[in-house]
Amino acid sequence: MVLSPADKTNVKTTWDKLGGHAGEYGGEALERTFTSFPTTKTYFPHFDLSPGSAQVKAHGKKVADALTTAVAHIDDLPGALSALSDLHAYKLRVDPVNFKLLSHCLLVTLACHHPAEFTPAVHASLDKFFSAVSTVLTSKYR
Amino acid sequence: MSLTKAERTVILSMWDKISAQADAIGTEALERLFASYPQTKTYFPHLDLRPGSAHLRVHGAKVVAALGDAVKSIDNIAGALAKLSELHAYILRVDPVNFKLLSHCLLVTVASHFPADFTADAHTAWDKFLCIVSCVLTEKYR
Repeated sequence: MVLSPADKTNVKTTWDKLGGHAGEYGGEALERTFTSFPTTKTYFPHFDLSPGSAQVKAHGKKVADALTTAVAHIDDLPGALSALSDLHAYKLRVDPVNFKLLSHCLLVTLACHHPAEFTPAVHASLDKFFSAVSTVLTSKYR
Repeated sequence: MSLTKAERTVILSMWDKISAQADAIGTEALERLFASYPQTKTYFPHLDLRPGSAHLRVHGAKVVAALGDAVKSIDNIAGALAKLSELHAYILRVDPVNFKLLSHCLLVTVASHFPADFTADAHTAWDKFLCIVSCVLTEKYR
């Protein structure tokens, strides 16, 4: 699956519109993930996962920052995310199915906060983008 | 995800044995698919899918022949399967989940025909190979 020029434009435009809120959305997406899909909590035994947790907010910001980097290097995701890819392959080993769950929650969060932007076309582009990022992060697993 | 040199070697070395029984293996994999996962039959309203049917044999042979093309161009599977990729994207539109099901059935069939060869490493090599083939066949969907 390849991101078309239109996809890249949609992703960049949308991401710019998030303003400084990307970090906050990252935290919210994580909260949604842990609430809707409690199995995902298994990867965070060292965290306080209660609502409003500072650790979840901080981790959400990390995730959002990584996505911001990915957007900035949308033409070379494997390069931009290489270190994170190694981390997920050799240390974190998050089951690939969970990337779909987090991606879904990211999309829901963005749709909630930016309904006007979240047209079907933009939705599709963002879904493809998160899919591409997930693929890179699981590409070195085996 | 890409195949290591060792994995390529395993696949190439097993291919001769597999292609010698191509029709039987293809047919059996499809039979297993339709028996274990009847929802997959939805894509074949135009075929007689009963075990032993000529249609099954012909289609099974087609599937294994395509895998053979991928094996022969194992360094450029995307190139070898470009036409099939378009066929699946624009005409067949098989839901990606079904590729995992067929891959599973192919692995089971190959394992049952060649138990001595189907070591854990060979299993991994074949699973990765079929994963790559599935990715190629679904990459033009959107």
